[in-house]
Amino acid sequence: MTGIKVDRLVKQWDALRAVDNVSFTAQEGTLTVLLGPSGCGKSTILRMIAGLETVDAGEIQIGGHNVTYQDPAKRGISMVFQSYALFPHLDVRENILFGLKVRRVEVKERESRLIDAARMVGLEDLLSRKPAQLSGGQRQRVALARTIVAKQPVCLMDEPLSNLDAKLRAEMRDEIHRLQRSLNLTMVYVTHDQTEAMSLADQVVLLQQGMIVQIGTPAELYEQPATDFVAQFIGAPPMNVLPISGLDKKIVGANGGHFLGIRPEKVRFADSGLPVEVSAVDYMGAETVLRLQHQGNTIMARLNGRVDVVPGDRLHVDWSRDDAHLFDKNGVRLSGG
Amino acid sequence: MHQSPSNAMRHVYGWLLLTPAAILLIAFTHFPTLATIYESSFSKGNLIRPSRFIGITNYESMLEDPIFWKVLINNFWFAVGTIPASVALAIAMALLVNRALPGRPFLRLAYFTPTILPMIAVANIWLFFYSPDIGLIDQILGWFGFPGHNWLGDPATVLPAIIVMTIWKEAGFFMIFYLAALQNLPPELEEAAKLEGASRWYYFRRVIFPLLMPTTLFVLINAVLNSFKLVDHLFVLTKGGPNNASNLLLYYIYENAFSYFDTNYAATLTVVLLAILAVVALAQFFLFDRRIHYR
Repeated sequence: MTGIKVDRLVKQWDALRAVDNVSFTAQEGTLTVLLGPSGCGKSTILRMIAGLETVDAGEIQIGGHNVTYQDPAKRGISMVFQSYALFPHLDVRENILFGLKVRRVEVKERESRLIDAARMVGLEDLLSRKPAQLSGGQRQRVALARTIVAKQPVCLMDEPLSNLDAKLRAEMRDEIHRLQRSLNLTMVYVTHDQTEAMSLADQVVLLQQGMIVQIGTPAELYEQPATDFVAQFIGAPPMNVLPISGLDKKIVGANGGHFLGIRPEKVRFADSGLPVEVSAVDYMGAETVLRLQHQGNTIMARLNGRVDVVPGDRLHVDWSRDDAHLFDKNGVRLSGG
Repeated sequence: MHQSPSNAMRHVYGWLLLTPAAILLIAFTHFPTLATIYESSFSKGNLIRPSRFIGITNYESMLEDPIFWKVLINNFWFAVGTIPASVALAIAMALLVNRALPGRPFLRLAYFTPTILPMIAVANIWLFFYSPDIGLIDQILGWFGFPGHNWLGDPATVLPAIIVMTIWKEAGFFMIFYLAALQNLPPELEEAAKLEGASRWYYFRRVIFPLLMPTTLFVLINAVLNSFKLVDHLFVLTKGGPNNASNLLLYYIYENAFSYFDTNYAATLTVVLLAILAVVALAQFFLFDRRIHYR
C-alpha cells in the first residue's frame, strides 16, 4: 500500500489561505494531476506532501501511515523540481548517485541502479558531463534518473516540463508516463497545462484559489464540468459559456439555469438558429476554429477540415440540446452534457 | 556616404582611446615598479658620499639583515594566523545570517561593522582591550582570578593579539562576499538534498562549499594581499615592537624609508614584497582554478 491520502489540508500565509481544506486520495500506482491556474495552491500542496512546507491543519498519509510531521527523507518519496535542482558542480553520474550516497547504498548496488536508470532515460553516454553541458531535455532526464535510482514508491513532480519547448514537452510527457507505468509509481504531478493533465492523468484534481473545484478522470472533467470555471479551464479552445437571458428559448431547450455552456466542437452551422457574425477564422489544417459574435458575446466553433467562410459573413449556428450544459447564477452545474 | 577612416587613422583612434587608462596605469603602477627596482640597485647617499650603483649588494645585505628575516617570519605567521581563521569565520557567519531568523538585518550589520570602522579607530579600541590591568580583557580575566598581563608588551603574546584583532576586522568583510554567493544558490538544491536525507554538514561539504569556491579564491587572494598590506594598526598599537616581535614587512619598509631615510633599502624590500605577492597570487590561481566550478 503506497497510496496517498490528503485529508482537510490547510496552509495559511498570513491573511491568505493558500490551501483551503483540500482532501483527495491517490490510489497506489496511479497518476494524479494537480491542475489549476498559477497561484491556486497546487505546488504548495505538493510541497506539503513532500514535507518541504509545514502543514497548518489536516493530515497526510502515505501507505496508510500518517506522515504529516515526518522528516521528508523518511516519507518514501522522490521529487522532480521545475528547475530540476541539479547540482551544477557535479557531473551527471554524481548527480544521479547523490541520494544513494547520502543513504549509504553499497557500491555494487549503486552502480547497477545507475546503469539501469541511465539506460532507461538514454543517458549512458553523458554520465561524465556537467549539467551546464546538457540541453534542457537532457537535464530533465537526469532529474528523472535521480527518481528512478531512488526506488521510492511515490514520485512527486512539480511542473517538470514547463522549461522545455513544445516538441520536447510532448516527448518527455510520454516518457514520464511510460516510467510511471513501468515502475508502478504512485505519482502526483503538478501542472497548469490542461493538455498535460488530460493526456497523463488517471485522476485530475482541479484547484481554484486553494480549493478543490472538481476531482475526476479527464473525461469526467471534460464531459461533466462541475462549474463554469472547470468548463472554461479544460479544453482548447475553452467551452463557450453564454448568459441564457440573451438567447432564444428554442435554442436553450430545457428550462432553468443562468448560463449555457457549449463545447466549440459541438457548434454546427444551421439554416436557422442563433444568428452570428464571423469575426475571425483560424485554419489549422485538420480543423478550423471560428470566432463568432452574437450580441456582444464571443462564441468559438471548431469545425472539421477547411470551412468556406470569411470574417464579416453572417450565418446561423445551432447545436444538439443534449450537448448543452446548464449552470446556475453562481456557475454551478445543473445538467447537460 | 560617410568615408570610413583609413587603416592608419583607425590605429590612431585606438591608441587615443587607450591613452587615458594607459597614462594612469603607467604613472601609478608600472613606472613606480620599475623605479623601485632601479633604486634598489643604488647605495644610500649622503652629503659626503653620493648614491652610486652597487648592483645586488642591497639584496645581499638584506639576506644578512636579521630584522628582515624576523619580519618575514612574523608576516608568515600573521598570514597563517589570520587567513584560514577569518575565512572560516566568514563562512560560518554568512551561513548563520543567510537563515531566516529574527533580527537578521541587525546581525548582518553587526558582523559588518568592523569593516566600516577606520583601522586607526579600531586599533584604539583594541588598545584599550589589551591594556594591562585596566583593559577589558584583563578586567574580565580578573573576575576569574587571573593576574593582569601586558598583552602588547610581551613578545610572546603581541603577534597573536594583533592576529585576533585582524581576524575580527577581516571576517565581516569576507562574510559579505560569502553572503552574496549563498544568496545566489537556488533553494531547490537544499530541498533536493533534504528529500534524500542529507545532513546539514553533508550538504555543506558536498554542495555549498564546492559552489562557494570561486568566492573562496577571490577572498583568499584578498586575504593574502591584506596580510601584507595592513599596517595601520601597528602605528597605534605597537610600532612593530617590542623588539620587532610584531613588526611586519610593509611596516619595516615604512621604517626604513621614513624613519631611517634609507630609501634604497626600502626599495629593495619593496621588490621582495612584490615578488612574494605575485608568486602567491599566481600559485593560488593555478592551484585552485582547475578545481573550481564557475557557473
